[in-house]
Amino acid sequence: MAYDKFNTLKSSIVPLPIENVDTDQIIPARFLKATERKGFGDNLFRDWRYNPDNTPKEDFVLNQDKYAGKILVGGKNFGSGSSREHAAWSVYDYGFRCVVSSFFADIFRNNCLNVGVLPVQVSPEFLEKIYTETEKDPKAQVEVSLPEQTITIVGTGEKESFDINVYKKDNMLNGFDDIDYLLNIKEEITAFAENTPL
Amino acid sequence: MKTLFDKVWDSHVVRKIENGPDVLFIDRHMVHEVTSPVAFLGLKSRNIGVKHPEKTFATADHNTPTINQHLPVKDPLSAKQLKALEENSNAYGISYWGLGHEKNGIVHVVGPEYGITQPGATIVCGDSHTSTHGAFGAIAFGIGTSEVEMVLATQCIMQPKPKSMRINVVGNLSKGVTPKDVALYIISQLTTSGATGYFVEYAGDVFKNMSMEGRMTVCNLSIEMGARGGMIAPDEKTLDYVKGREFTPTGAAWDKAKAYWDTLYTEENATFDKELTFKGEDIEPMITYGTNPGMGMGIGRDIPTAESLEGGVATYKKSLQYMAFNEGDSMIGKPIDFVFLGSCTNGRIEDFRAFTEIIKGKQKAPNVTAWLVPGSHKVEAAIKEEGLLDILTAAGFELREPGCSACLAMNDDKVPTGKYAVSTSNRNFEGRQGPGSRTLLASPLVAAAAAVTGKVTDPRELL
Ligand code: SF4
Repeated sequence: MAYDKFNTLKSSIVPLPIENVDTDQIIPARFLKATERKGFGDNLFRDWRYNPDNTPKEDFVLNQDKYAGKILVGGKNFGSGSSREHAAWSVYDYGFRCVVSSFFADIFRNNCLNVGVLPVQVSPEFLEKIYTETEKDPKAQVEVSLPEQTITIVGTGEKESFDINVYKKDNMLNGFDDIDYLLNIKEEITAFAENTPL
Repeated sequence: MKTLFDKVWDSHVVRKIENGPDVLFIDRHMVHEVTSPVAFLGLKSRNIGVKHPEKTFATADHNTPTINQHLPVKDPLSAKQLKALEENSNAYGISYWGLGHEKNGIVHVVGPEYGITQPGATIVCGDSHTSTHGAFGAIAFGIGTSEVEMVLATQCIMQPKPKSMRINVVGNLSKGVTPKDVALYIISQLTTSGATGYFVEYAGDVFKNMSMEGRMTVCNLSIEMGARGGMIAPDEKTLDYVKGREFTPTGAAWDKAKAYWDTLYTEENATFDKELTFKGEDIEPMITYGTNPGMGMGIGRDIPTAESLEGGVATYKKSLQYMAFNEGDSMIGKPIDFVFLGSCTNGRIEDFRAFTEIIKGKQKAPNVTAWLVPGSHKVEAAIKEEGLLDILTAAGFELREPGCSACLAMNDDKVPTGKYAVSTSNRNFEGRQGPGSRTLLASPLVAAAAAVTGKVTDPRELL
């Protein structure tokens, strides 16, 4: 599915300083019954965000007006657990375009890249700096530049670079997905398939 | 010098992209109802078909009831999702083992049972526990829905080659220690992110001596330490298991496949990016006390204090608070409410044998609700044939129909808020088994001991 191109993004952030946030928290299994990719943002972090009677939990960050933005900043080992791409869809559908953490689970990172959410891995120290800055000023801006592969805390000018492979970077900059690439080499794949042992 | 993983991976690379991922050819694609509908919609909107329907297999498991499967599915959303899988499978000529089909069951249980899973194959599925199939020396891993669409459309996926790790468990296992305990032990040592970025090979006597079912349990849990997957080199046991199954090659095709399978081992001087060794004797029956599978310990130990652990104290405390446990608590004797025997981790015949071994001649504790859910109809049939059902019934247990059930609680098998479940599944995340549910992951033996005593009990006392 095509997604918006990603170039640079300047935004305040939503801090979620919890480690090992798993995809069951990002989107609980009972919301996976859909047959279309629609409306997942409403249930992002459902059980942390709402009480069983559907009233919002005041202390959860998505329910606090002072925090808003297109960048979600999570703790170490973000996105562990299930392979459900619904987790990345929920993040995207809610309005995030970038997730920052000091460590990502593999499948979640892949899923993000496939749906147009940029995963930015920073050092634990830099992660702390972002949190500190946001604590001082909830509207503190962070700027992510994909062409430069940098993330900057705008107020202090502190900056770190992040990794992304050239191929994926190109895809994100242009809003391409892997299927386009694979469909273009279909003949090569067909020839390969004829010689597989199984 | 190549590793087992290198051999299988490299022989499936269609094209290498410089500074990018490899284009990897996929031999087997397993599909289920939850992660596929949007992928099929994608095919439709691109107006393309399924490239290799004969390499694609669909089964309904995640979102299915485990009682009254002969009746129409009540929940309209679930019914719609199941219908979508059936229609998509029919439209593209994919074999479909829906609810009520004799081959129906959990995707990672039926794959091996029917010989879809083979050594040296690349296998993917939109479910992270696809790593199960690594037990056969396959490269098997979970993928997201975009990737499901890619594989449907092109039979390929784009992945950077993971780093390699070998985990050796040497020596022997003690009485009452099962493959589940081996896996939970390794995860507790590595943490849930300790193998992120790696593909693991399990080696050493403990795995050599393990049954195929046990190997599946171990490989299944690879994802819980963050690994892309785990695999075990095929041996005689593997080939014996595979031989004669419906989708296993025969005749000349078998010979050709076997010639390939015989090459699948790690060469002696091959090196790994990381190598770890554990002793079988150090492993005890395990139980988890927190909200990720890495928070596990020998069942007789006390819950560690936050200060004794590395890393996020706040996250650790939050986790114990959710479980309503305290640092320093002993797990033994904690009352429990539910027992779940099943899932792609422990829903095979061997697991039911282990469970029955403990409960035989005893009675289910009155405070316990037990869900015993076979991984497939084949497992269900074996339970009946081997006389295990009679033992279960005599002890006050009932058998349900196959499916994922309380492993992810998408159907009605939900553990209520605040209740404790000893579960043989693979995840104890907050709310995994139903909103507010509290899960203790353990082996079928520990689950059985809890089921008859109504509390956390060391199974060695009952063996
Ligand atoms: S039993 Fe659980 S882990 Fe296994 S396939 Fe089903 S939902 Fe996934």
